[in-house]
Amino acid sequence: MNIPTSNKKELKNVTSQVFKASRRDFLKMGGLLAGGFVLGVNFFGCNEKGEKITSIAPNVYLQITSTGEVIIITHRSEMGQGIRTSLPLIVADELGAEWSKVRIVQAEGDEKKYGSQNTDGSFSVRMFYKPMREAGAIAKLLFMQAAAKQWQVPVAECDTAAGKVVHRRSGKSIEFGKLVTTAQTLPIPNVKDIKLKERQQFTMIGKATPIVDLHDIVSGTAVFGIDTVVENMKIAVIKRCPVLGGKVKSYNDKETLAVPGVLKVIPIKGGDIPPTIEKPLSGVAVIAENTWAAIKGRDLLDVTWDLGEHATYDSAQQLEELSKEILKKGTIRRNRGDFDRAKVEAKKVIEHTYIAPYLAHGTIEPPNALAVVKNGKCEVWAPTQHPQGARDAVANALGMPADEVKVNITLLGGGFGRKSKPDFIVEAALLAQESGLPIKVQWTREDDLHHDFFHALSVQRITATIDQNNQISGWNHHIAYPSISATFDTSVLQPADGELGQGASDFPYDVPAVKVETHDAKAHLRIGWLRSVRNIPQVFAIATMLDELAEARGLDPVKQALELLGDDRAITFDDEIVDGKYGNYGEDISVYPWETGRMKKVIEKVAQEANWGRKLPAGSGLGFAAHKSFLTYVACIVEVKVGPDNKISIPHVHYAVDCGTAVNIDRIKSQFEGGAQFSASIALKSEITVKEGAVVQNNFDSYQIVRMPEAPQQIHVHIIESEDKPTGVGEPPVPPFTPALCNAIYAATGKRIYKLPIDLKG
Amino acid sequence: MANYSIQVNDKTYEVDVMDDMPLLWVLRDVLGLRGTKYGCGKALCGACTVHLDGTAIRSCSFAISAVGKGKITTIEGISANGDHPVQQAWEQYIVPQCGYCQTGQIMNAVALLKSNPQPSEQEIEQAMQGNLCRCGTYNRIKAAILSVAKA
Ligand code: FES
Ligand code: FES
Repeated sequence: MNIPTSNKKELKNVTSQVFKASRRDFLKMGGLLAGGFVLGVNFFGCNEKGEKITSIAPNVYLQITSTGEVIIITHRSEMGQGIRTSLPLIVADELGAEWSKVRIVQAEGDEKKYGSQNTDGSFSVRMFYKPMREAGAIAKLLFMQAAAKQWQVPVAECDTAAGKVVHRRSGKSIEFGKLVTTAQTLPIPNVKDIKLKERQQFTMIGKATPIVDLHDIVSGTAVFGIDTVVENMKIAVIKRCPVLGGKVKSYNDKETLAVPGVLKVIPIKGGDIPPTIEKPLSGVAVIAENTWAAIKGRDLLDVTWDLGEHATYDSAQQLEELSKEILKKGTIRRNRGDFDRAKVEAKKVIEHTYIAPYLAHGTIEPPNALAVVKNGKCEVWAPTQHPQGARDAVANALGMPADEVKVNITLLGGGFGRKSKPDFIVEAALLAQESGLPIKVQWTREDDLHHDFFHALSVQRITATIDQNNQISGWNHHIAYPSISATFDTSVLQPADGELGQGASDFPYDVPAVKVETHDAKAHLRIGWLRSVRNIPQVFAIATMLDELAEARGLDPVKQALELLGDDRAITFDDEIVDGKYGNYGEDISVYPWETGRMKKVIEKVAQEANWGRKLPAGSGLGFAAHKSFLTYVACIVEVKVGPDNKISIPHVHYAVDCGTAVNIDRIKSQFEGGAQFSASIALKSEITVKEGAVVQNNFDSYQIVRMPEAPQQIHVHIIESEDKPTGVGEPPVPPFTPALCNAIYAATGKRIYKLPIDLKG
Repeated sequence: MANYSIQVNDKTYEVDVMDDMPLLWVLRDVLGLRGTKYGCGKALCGACTVHLDGTAIRSCSFAISAVGKGKITTIEGISANGDHPVQQAWEQYIVPQCGYCQTGQIMNAVALLKSNPQPSEQEIEQAMQGNLCRCGTYNRIKAAILSVAKA
């Protein structure tokens, strides 16, 4: 992802070191009990040779108390992906802890203490897998040494299991808690001297472990952002300018102030262009004793706006314009071979334009944040994917040093990229400062859909050529959509390398001529990143075109994909990318290579599991698509049934995935199940349109997401066994599902899909 | 503003609120029962589902003035320790992802099973279609409900 605020650069090439926490470190940590045995893990950025260059700060703490409780300070936001479970379980497994005695404490947003906490880009497990295991292994060795000393036996004869050190030969065992005092006095062993578990020794990694918040969630006691309260807290609901860059000219709050419970009306300065992700929109806030009074008061506000330059913007018109623009020559961004010649010499040329709309995140918990400003300090509670970004943005807005701002992370009622933008937290902080009251800003669903950081609309055109020998000889991909970068810099009119590197410039297939061209597209809304980002429209175009090519060549699409991937090898793209680089999701491509063999393996696996090629009754069909994103290899086969009334139902979805070492099988499966549903909404339902500069859709009646009766019914997830470094699973399920569904619909009905959401009547 | 006396989870509460205040905000903001969630405010997502005399209602679109003598049950009131059979099934199938929609889903499922203890898959889909889950936990919800129906 090309996200300017992300701290990932610092975290590239990271090494770690385990240390014993001193009393001073200890006092600085919230959430830990006094006493006990505490390890910290330090992270360092490295240069190419592996030499440490920057200290990124102690990142993780692990405490074992004298009662045997294992406390792990986790520092990643939980938004449904199970990270608050997966990271601690890695430590717990290596340590040999008893899971029921493991307690998870959510760290506050503090970069000095925990390093970058930005939770996006399917990043968490990938980054912390090894350091977490090492911390667990070091603690284990210290306990074994302590026990060995006590029993007068060799350390090598000891092991750990279920929160105890055991001496295999004598059958003796002793709880961790009883060894804490001795373990504390021992020197920290060198990482080189520890032995990590072998795969078959894992008790939790690679198994299904329930999420830690499960019971609280089902009993209704889990605390999301919306559930936080402090004494004397007031609620703010804001009327924001419906058009990007528009500003409040004047307002009349007479009727608003007459609503019982309404306390104050405060205008918010904002509406800057570029909007960035941290600045508030221009608006008027209604502060009230309760949410209902604030909503009512807001509805009665009479605001006159200066709507600004985007007031005539119409999204349907932009799609039309881009559809013409895309027929011209663009800026060449990747070039291999000679496409023009391939086209001249082709036996057959297939060309189509692919259109996809704006999308909103629609987390069921709308944005909200609570802020208290007192004595030059600010404390915030918010469902945020990026607490440090929030802290810096708040500090900036309030004009205080970042050290004076404390951000508490709550559970997130969905994130999908929306809650990594701190704009709503800044609103709360500004209002708290201005009013002198503790303020919870509550977005309504309407606010959320009107003022999101939208997934951008997109127009793409692919021209593919087939030569005299029935081979695909040329591939020309034209792309036009407003870039995420335009949110930060309005002069950006074309996609960034990072956006193209999500399927388009890393088109992996062995076609002799490949040309990727981009076109200008202006941003008229705040553009953001949504679960799997630009992979969505790019892979929709690519994977449906490949299906069409297979048909034209009289080939099976699965066989074609395997052939086009060619021999097992690692591929690179850099020498073909014009004036740029392939981002590889922020990772060094020599460490995380693009391996055709791994891709072929998931394709073969999914074809076998879905029984690809089987005959289906009329009106039913199977469709295939494969795609690597966020370093994870995924292949997908969708079975669809289309009724005479064009009603689409999806009885089966098969996924095969290679995400390296599988840490928590159940949460990988659930991410794929959810990813299919998320993509089904994109394929079948969701669309944001804009008229006169303002979003048309107001709520879940007009902005639709799939409901249970139309949702894909059985989602089968086949995980490839691997000992490779683990990679993310939050985003990779989304991209291939939509084109696989489109291809299945073609198989069932003979109708090709070139526009999302799918409309079979059109 | 008016004074209402309402029955929630077998307790009587006196509240002094506007007549049109939706039950959702009375529960959350006035009574501090925050297990019931806000998702849309327009009866479109089901996050705010509670029971009125055992029937599922969308509390975001149900004014306090309409509650009358009816008995309200929220997620906090369906079991003492979060161990209602439906809640247990939710844990067994590890239904939640972010979890935000789940209290509404559970309340809707409990009401469904009360009126129809042996629902078919299709009946479950129909009954649950008012409850959105953006994380996509629908299939586990269905499996959890079916497991309770069979038990
Ligand atoms: S909040 Fe009541 S149905 Fe959505
Ligand atoms: S579990 Fe996240 S919305 Fe349902």
